[in-house]
Amino acid sequence: MHEMGVTESMMDVVLRHADKNNANKVTRINLVLGEMSSVVPYSISFYFDMLSKDTVAEGAELNFRTVKFKARCSDCGKKFKPRDYDITCPKCKGSNTEIISGREFQVESIEIN
Amino acid sequence: MEIKVLEGVFDANEIVAKENRGILDKSGTYMVNMMASPGAGKTSLIVKTLEGLSGDLKSVVIEGDIAGKVDAERVSDTGTEAIQINTGGSCHLEAKQVNTALANLSLEGIGLAIVENVGNLVCPAEFKLGEDLKVMILSAAEGDDKPLKYPLMFSESDVLIVNKIDLIPYTNFNLEKLKETVIKMNPGVTIFEVSCTNGDGISEWVEWLKKRIKG
Ligand SMILES: Nc1nc2c(ncn2[C@@H]2O[C@H](COP(=O)(O)OP(=O)(O)OP(=O)(O)O)[C@@H](O)[C@H]2O)c(=O)[nH]1
Ligand SMILES: [Mg+2]
Ligand SMILES: [Zn+2]
Ligand SMILES: [Zn+2]
Repeated sequence: MHEMGVTESMMDVVLRHADKNNANKVTRINLVLGEMSSVVPYSISFYFDMLSKDTVAEGAELNFRTVKFKARCSDCGKKFKPRDYDITCPKCKGSNTEIISGREFQVESIEIN
Repeated sequence: MEIKVLEGVFDANEIVAKENRGILDKSGTYMVNMMASPGAGKTSLIVKTLEGLSGDLKSVVIEGDIAGKVDAERVSDTGTEAIQINTGGSCHLEAKQVNTALANLSLEGIGLAIVENVGNLVCPAEFKLGEDLKVMILSAAEGDDKPLKYPLMFSESDVLIVNKIDLIPYTNFNLEKLKETVIKMNPGVTIFEVSCTNGDGISEWVEWLKKRIKG
């Protein structure tokens, strides 16, 4: 159920941009998906096939680019890939760190004609 | 032809969440988003929190469930106004549902709005509602291995409430191990240990919340 709503939101973004650019057809949708996101590509594809029927996006190819979960230490500047979601800085052991990627679900671009 | 979009799929929800924020700021209402798996004790904790706050603060509760109005009735029985949102199958609340609920409430003089999210340990963490505080509950009966299985909610929450600590003697739940794991994932988190059944730890949580609301 969850992915149906999320797919609808994704379609809203795609169709709005397709419309703005007078697309006859959307051939490909390039998506960026963070490792830590709750979104499952397989379900998105499933609902997309259903929801895109009779729209300009019908038959478009979905391309998912996965983005790794990464954090950065605000004290020493070290960028690192947390293990087991532990965001303690591996260099200075500080906890003044922030997550810089891994949570996103973004429409990066669409290919139209 | 390729067209750059660079738009987050959850951006539309975040715009409505900001709108909610504006509505709440106008009436000076503090909003708590309460998240947990089914049966962890969300409604029990809300009822205990309202009892603890009684007299200090006028509150309302927004109940999100897939179906039914059992939880709203449990809250109404305490004398606090409660409104039920039925998501009709969806496994989380979105900002627009809370927006509708806020429009149907008179927020004048209301200091606290508590939202009980749909019972689910995964996606509620993905949807901002316009809240001031994200609270998640983990009950001892669910096991101490949950943070690494459901990392998003543990790393997004401002507060983790470990509930049903009265049951710990009957389980292999390791509270110290849990806290260690969660603090590494989310160094800013505040953790409380409570039992809604015997009342242990409730006053510490309520006092902390009162201070946060007063800001
Ligand atoms: N032993 C024990 N039981 C508890 C405690 N807190 C809640 N319970 C019980 O756990 C069950 C579920 O509690 P609820 O408060 O309904 O949980 P919930 O998270 O609101 O559940 P849903 O809204 O259905 O997702 C009830 O039978 C409660 O009595 C506690 O601290 N200790
Ligand atoms: Mg409940
Ligand atoms: Zn560092
Ligand atoms: Zn959901």
